[in-house]
Amino acid sequence: MKAVLILAVKSAWARRLTLGITLVAIALASALLFAVERVRHDARQSFTQAVSGVDLVVGARSGSVQLMLYAVFRAGSATHNIRWESFEAIATHPAVDWAVPLVLGDSHRGFAVLGTTPDYFRHFRYSDQRALGFAAGHSFADVFETVLGSAVAAELRLRVGDRITLSHGMAETGPGHDDKPFTVVGVLAPTGTPVDRSVHVNLESISAIHLDWVGGAPLPGLAIPAEFVKKFDLQPKEITAFLVGLKNRADVFRLQRHINGYRGEPLMAVMPGVALDELWQTLGMIERTLLAMSALVVVIGLAGLLATMLASLNERRRELAILRALGASPRELFLLLTAEGLLVTTLGVALGLGLLAVGTFFFAPLLQAHFGIILQWRLLAPNEWLLLAAILATGLIASLIPGWRAWRMSLADGLTPRN
Amino acid sequence: MTALSIVNLAYRWPRQQTVCLDIPRFDIAAGERVFLHGPSGGGKSTLLGLLGGVAVPEKGAIELLGQNITALSGHSRDRFRADHIGFIFQQFNLLPWLSAIDNVLLPCTFSARRKQRAGNPRDEAARLLTHLDLAPDLWHKPAGELSVGQQQRVAAARALIGRPEILIADEPTSALDAPRQQIFIDLLLAEAKADGAALLFVSHDERLAAHFDRKVALAEINRVAVSKPAPAS
Repeated sequence: MKAVLILAVKSAWARRLTLGITLVAIALASALLFAVERVRHDARQSFTQAVSGVDLVVGARSGSVQLMLYAVFRAGSATHNIRWESFEAIATHPAVDWAVPLVLGDSHRGFAVLGTTPDYFRHFRYSDQRALGFAAGHSFADVFETVLGSAVAAELRLRVGDRITLSHGMAETGPGHDDKPFTVVGVLAPTGTPVDRSVHVNLESISAIHLDWVGGAPLPGLAIPAEFVKKFDLQPKEITAFLVGLKNRADVFRLQRHINGYRGEPLMAVMPGVALDELWQTLGMIERTLLAMSALVVVIGLAGLLATMLASLNERRRELAILRALGASPRELFLLLTAEGLLVTTLGVALGLGLLAVGTFFFAPLLQAHFGIILQWRLLAPNEWLLLAAILATGLIASLIPGWRAWRMSLADGLTPRN
Repeated sequence: MTALSIVNLAYRWPRQQTVCLDIPRFDIAAGERVFLHGPSGGGKSTLLGLLGGVAVPEKGAIELLGQNITALSGHSRDRFRADHIGFIFQQFNLLPWLSAIDNVLLPCTFSARRKQRAGNPRDEAARLLTHLDLAPDLWHKPAGELSVGQQQRVAAARALIGRPEILIADEPTSALDAPRQQIFIDLLLAEAKADGAALLFVSHDERLAAHFDRKVALAEINRVAVSKPAPAS
């Protein structure tokens, strides 16, 4: 038995070129499958952990998924703003415990700028009811002060006391707000959510940098220097969205109906959990399709292994007869071929996992920057162990076929192969 | 004691009407060196398959070293073959990707008995290869790179290692040129004699029979007429 396994390894090594190509195909296929599964899992993780402790997200009437995307994930933009009066009316509703306004639309070197109030840091929760914490500094208090998410600070190498300027819109070029620089007063602790990639400023600061702007462009001939902005009323007239926390969660449906039927303007309130589920259902199809396709690629890789082994079996017919004459039983020849297939599969999957580790290392920052998906560096998760077992089981099944052929061949040939 | 004894053996190929081997009696004494000749397609290879235990007769008994191998299970026959029989074939005897010496050592990986009888298998393999006149610089070359004559000598060393009681050679010289044929046969006969092994040497070429203890024609022991040839083997 052990002798047969050693022979299987030596024999496979003698055909290392063809088997090596097959092995690489299996490695690439399984790396793809693991990558899809991991991105899928971590994307879901990233999405579901992005917000908690918020009972309702309110914005202009559109789609609930769209509202979640721009209000929580800083992806896409609002079709409409909502009036400050509407916010005030709902914030003072007796069922409401707290309400935090959000203004979006500006950016700093590709990172979204969120105009809000210091209450945001107090009430916002992510993951499992975890509050935001400061890694350095404190909340903003005055205009032209900013609090950076951890990824913003890390990637742009900014620290408390540094000064930054904002750009209008999400573009990194175009008209900017260079005349009114901001001072970094705080950096948040990492959360693994879009908060890490946001630049937080006071609501009033957003009004201040747009004082001399009309309709999305600076007014020619009008420039209001930073030191004079406090002479103006900086109360914003419009906001993008707001977050609501309730005194009693049982009121959530009642308040949602109230907001959705608000007479002042068309508003929409969504429950984050429900909206995320909805978002996930939309993505679920794509996700399952991708997974099925990569599973198919693995099957193709293993089919290649099967083809290679069956093709070599005819050339090895004499080899099997020699082993038979030396005392190998048909069962041992079956084992010889099956072991070879399983060996190539196992090494292929191992190499695939190696590729996955290297790939994660290189692509994780990209995924996080562009899609907000945080790819975890980890050993295999339980579902990935299942995937691994499934690949190996399929590889075993594929290997049983040449094994079975060798068995049959050796019984038919005896000591003298017919070829 | 007899090394080999066949009693009332009959064998028919699967899905064939006629019997291709019908041998009432055939014996080889321990240490006896027998030359068996017969035309190609006369059932020689079939007989060797039966002696090796990879095929089972329809009826009759094959006793090797006093053990009726037809009564054994397939697995036990495989073990018996590994322990007691050394085979040499016409050509392509070796695993081309293993070195010459590793080919010689193969029986010791399949049979604990032969490994034990070989003493130190590597030394024994080296001794046999030296005896069979294979230069040491060839021992570690892949077997596939050796000439046919060298390969046959490696095959002989492999058949001899661990001193099996029975050696079976099936046309082992047919791939060699005439002068080398007799040299190879003499080497084989000498080694068989030194080990006290019975040798059954099968060939269609009667000229090679000179130095054997006994010469037998398959037609003498097989009652099936050769005029109705069995399927080519």
